[in-house]
Amino acid sequence: MKILVPVKRVVDYNVKVRVKSDGSGVELANVKMSMNPFDEIAVEEALRLKEAGKATEVIAVSIGPAQASETLRTALAMGADRGILVKTDGVVEPLAVAKILKGVVGEEAPGLVILGKQAIDDDCNQTGQMLAALLGWPQATFASKVVVEDGGALVTREIDGGLQTLKLNGPAIVTTDLRLNEPRYASLPNIMKAKKKPIAEKTPADYGVDVAPRLEVLKTAEPAGRKAGVKVGSVAELVAKLKDEAGVI
Amino acid sequence: MAVLLIAEHDNSALNGVTAKALTAAAAMGSPVHVLVAGQNAKAVAEAAAKLSGVEKVLLADDTLYAHRLAEPLAALLVSLAPGYDAIVGPSTASAKNVLPRVAALLDVMQVSDIIKVVAPDTFERPIYAGNAIQTVKSNDAKKVVTVRTASFAATPEGGSAAIETVGAASDPALSTFVEESIAASDRPELTAAKIIVSGGRAVGSREKFAELIEPLADALGAAVGASRAAVDAGYAPNDWQVGQTGKVVAPELYVALGISGAIQHLAGMKDSKVIVAVNKDEEAPIFQVADYGLVGDINTVIPELKAEIAKVKG
Repeated sequence: MKILVPVKRVVDYNVKVRVKSDGSGVELANVKMSMNPFDEIAVEEALRLKEAGKATEVIAVSIGPAQASETLRTALAMGADRGILVKTDGVVEPLAVAKILKGVVGEEAPGLVILGKQAIDDDCNQTGQMLAALLGWPQATFASKVVVEDGGALVTREIDGGLQTLKLNGPAIVTTDLRLNEPRYASLPNIMKAKKKPIAEKTPADYGVDVAPRLEVLKTAEPAGRKAGVKVGSVAELVAKLKDEAGVI
Repeated sequence: MAVLLIAEHDNSALNGVTAKALTAAAAMGSPVHVLVAGQNAKAVAEAAAKLSGVEKVLLADDTLYAHRLAEPLAALLVSLAPGYDAIVGPSTASAKNVLPRVAALLDVMQVSDIIKVVAPDTFERPIYAGNAIQTVKSNDAKKVVTVRTASFAATPEGGSAAIETVGAASDPALSTFVEESIAASDRPELTAAKIIVSGGRAVGSREKFAELIEPLADALGAAVGASRAAVDAGYAPNDWQVGQTGKVVAPELYVALGISGAIQHLAGMKDSKVIVAVNKDEEAPIFQVADYGLVGDINTVIPELKAEIAKVKG
């Protein structure tokens, strides 16, 4: 069984983004970019399934500009076997990404697609569910445990208030939550090896997908700020202020 | 513009976030119908019918919807979609799971986690962990929207809508429910709590979390939250996580204990009315958003705080 893992190049987790002064978006020039953290968890899970003998090949795919090949190299350095770069500049919304991925699935016929539950740039939390819909496949979002069995998967999901376990029939979509695993760091020899692994280049047109955005971004603004308050000197002072000044206890 | 709102519930009670999402749905247009999909969920439908401004409640009562699995629920929503211009749900684990599936089946780009309805087709939503707010206009014929309920006031009761039974849609039979473990708790739910007491990495262990954070929460009648670092370290369960990828909350009082205040955490709580922070590092970023900051070791501050609150509460 092949596993397909889509990975997204996003602004690094530790960068605090700034809104452009003309309100046209956020400042992305000279900002550190990395693989979306939930996608790292997805790559790790695919690799563990391969190491456990449940999968034969792990294919990473990224949809984005030429530099997204760096994100693919990261996945390859972690241990993925090969990469596919679907090259396109500009914003690609989750619906278009899902349509492109449907095309990739059609060519590669994986038994499992593991995606991050959410990208930390647009915070949409949509792509996995949309891909499952377009393929007519079962989905298990927000996974904290994945067990691959004959002809399907048993997935434990993080839901409000606890955990839910589902059995998925046949090829399936899984999206990762935080506690699924702790992704490995790529070792230097593996980073060197990754440079020789193949990355195929494609375009959205190869899959017949129109990536024109459906949502029109009218404006991007700074959120309303919050001012720092006061420091109190003691617990008694704190409780007195909460009671008398703020009136919240 | 006819709007279909998905009710959040557990088959026995209507979750309070539904009334908040209703406020957003009503701002988009009318009439608003509420869909209760569940098993033996009549009481939920009756509660939804009482919400002001609801014209009709649709009750789909079938074993197929007992656990609101994405595939059958999406099929039901798609079968109802022709009668509506917008399908709306609260940003809960359940609605976040099913609505993008519905959107893709309708060939619609979903608008996730809106914080404001500017016009029936135009919304504000946070991106980059709330470090920027985007105003987006949907050009799709139908809108599919999830609502960040912390940003909307609850619609009060005062209605008496009719309850109409709708039949189950076909079963895609793609997945089966195996089991569920829901932690039983007498504490209020995170997204509905008036007070939240949250612990961070500095708490140090699962045992300390139970020993320090939880009793203080109980003394205040509060829900318990945690930072991602605390969840990552295994001190607290994942569904207590407050932040960009966890729950987004806006209680009257948020008490952050041993939480440094990473942007991802601030994204989940900075709309709280009053924020209290206790941290031994006086440079911790949490103090930049706290109304009341106390520099100190949580190991000594929390027991004192508990004692002082007991005094005040008499």
